[in-house]
Amino acid sequence: MRVNVTVNGVERQADDVWPGESLLYVLRERLGLPGAKNACEQGECGSCTVYLDDVPVCSCLVAAGQAEGREVRTVEGLADGEQLHPVQQAFVDRGAVQCGFCTPGLIVAAHDLIERTAEPTDAEIREALAGNLCRCTGYEKILDAVRQAAAKKAGVA
Amino acid sequence: MDFLNPGSVTEALELKASVPDAVPIAGGTDVMVELNFDHRRPPALLNLNRIAELHTYSTVDGRVRIGACVPYSRIVTELGSVLPGLAMASRTVGSPQIRNRGSVGGNLGAASPAGDSHPALLATDAVVEIASTRGVRMVPAKDFYVGVKRNVLEPDELITAVHVPPATGPQQFSKVGTRNAMVIAVCAFAIALHPEQQRVGTGIGSAAPTPLRAHEAEEFLAAELPWGSPDGLLDSLNRRFGELVAKAASPIDDVRGTASYRRHALAVMARRTLSWTWSEYRRTAQCA
Ligand SMILES: Cc1cc2nc3c(=O)[nH]c(=O)nc-3n(C[C@H](O)[C@H](O)[C@H](O)COP(=O)(O)OP(=O)(O)OC[C@H]3O[C@@H](n4cnc5c(N)ncnc54)[C@H](O)[C@@H]3O)c2cc1C
Ligand code: FES
Ligand code: FES
Repeated sequence: MRVNVTVNGVERQADDVWPGESLLYVLRERLGLPGAKNACEQGECGSCTVYLDDVPVCSCLVAAGQAEGREVRTVEGLADGEQLHPVQQAFVDRGAVQCGFCTPGLIVAAHDLIERTAEPTDAEIREALAGNLCRCTGYEKILDAVRQAAAKKAGVA
Repeated sequence: MDFLNPGSVTEALELKASVPDAVPIAGGTDVMVELNFDHRRPPALLNLNRIAELHTYSTVDGRVRIGACVPYSRIVTELGSVLPGLAMASRTVGSPQIRNRGSVGGNLGAASPAGDSHPALLATDAVVEIASTRGVRMVPAKDFYVGVKRNVLEPDELITAVHVPPATGPQQFSKVGTRNAMVIAVCAFAIALHPEQQRVGTGIGSAAPTPLRAHEAEEFLAAELPWGSPDGLLDSLNRRFGELVAKAASPIDDVRGTASYRRHALAVMARRTLSWTWSEYRRTAQCA
């Protein structure tokens, strides 16, 4: 089947989509957007997190056909040209990236948090990132990065 | 495999009647795992996401009618003060991403004994609205679960909503697991005080083939609680309640825990949630 979906502001079309296929598969394998990662395919790791109509979801658990006519925003859609989004920059600055596999999902989850919550507490940060697993960093640097991005957004850094 | 994409409840029911093997997909947080791992190859998926009516809630006959596909995250943020028990249970489901998609309708469709909404629905006398081209029927949550991952749905039926009475007293939900996020309950317990009827509702999760109520424990509390008085609860009453809740369960040993641990944990959760709800009840009774 054919799926029409707006991805990062651009109307896209995927053909020959198998009806049981995930949105994640369509993004990566049919639309050439490998940002969202495939690690578990069961909603446990969050590495596939994207916005679906402005709501962060695990794209491995959305059937491609459910995205028909809707808006998807992936990690590829956050930077402004060559200019990294402050959340992305904070991950670089704070050394929050090691192998990088978890990073795209964490960036989207952290982006959503600081869009919704002006000055998140540590508890709020942990809660917002509870659906994203990282096997490398031990999370401390990731928390640092989110604090930095939130402070920047609040204009206090 | 076909992808059926109805735009209305009527259309969805017609499709379900003509393709009874079609698997409804709401948030997909159960269905997609099964598809991704090849555990299921249905002839068709029936997408419920385009049906606006299933994604809204309203008040009908004094109860909150929650459309089957309303995600947990909205129940938490929008219905927390009216339906505190269900909101607390929703709050413990998976992770933010899972709560943004997963729904009570999907929890009921899957009917897992570990589903977190079930104890809260049981304790609050929720009623499931089930529809087909043959008509609509209302099934109380206590009659909805019929076996391990089995419910009363006929092949041509869909869950269209769940009707939950607004809280008239304190409610609590408690769940035991290895982490704060992303855990299937080892066991879970919900309690709702209904002071105007001097009655208590309970719900037990993950400790029997189906979610269930602890009837004897409910009757014991209805009779023994010092309704209307500002008194605290005797230890003996708390303990007896815990014992009766544990007795109502028929847990098994599995990878998440042993039967005896589950019984023990249920008694602890029952005592704690009772003392929390009772202190809240006393506080509000004193202010009133
Ligand atoms: C990582 C992860 C963590 C999880 N954590 C928890 C947890 O902590 N607690 C918990 O309870 N669950 C948990 N779950 C399971 C799942 O999220 C819940 O059961 C959720 O409520 C399912 O809702 P859904 O809308 O995604 O259902 P779907 O996956 O779309 O559907 C679930 C089942 O219900 C059927 N169905 C859906 N809607 C209807 C309808 N309207 N009428 C008839 N049948 C219908 C489907 O055909 C399917 O059989 C978790 C899942 C994942 C992947
Ligand atoms: S790949 Fe989707 S949550 Fe892990
Ligand atoms: S950096 Fe390797 S998994 Fe997070």
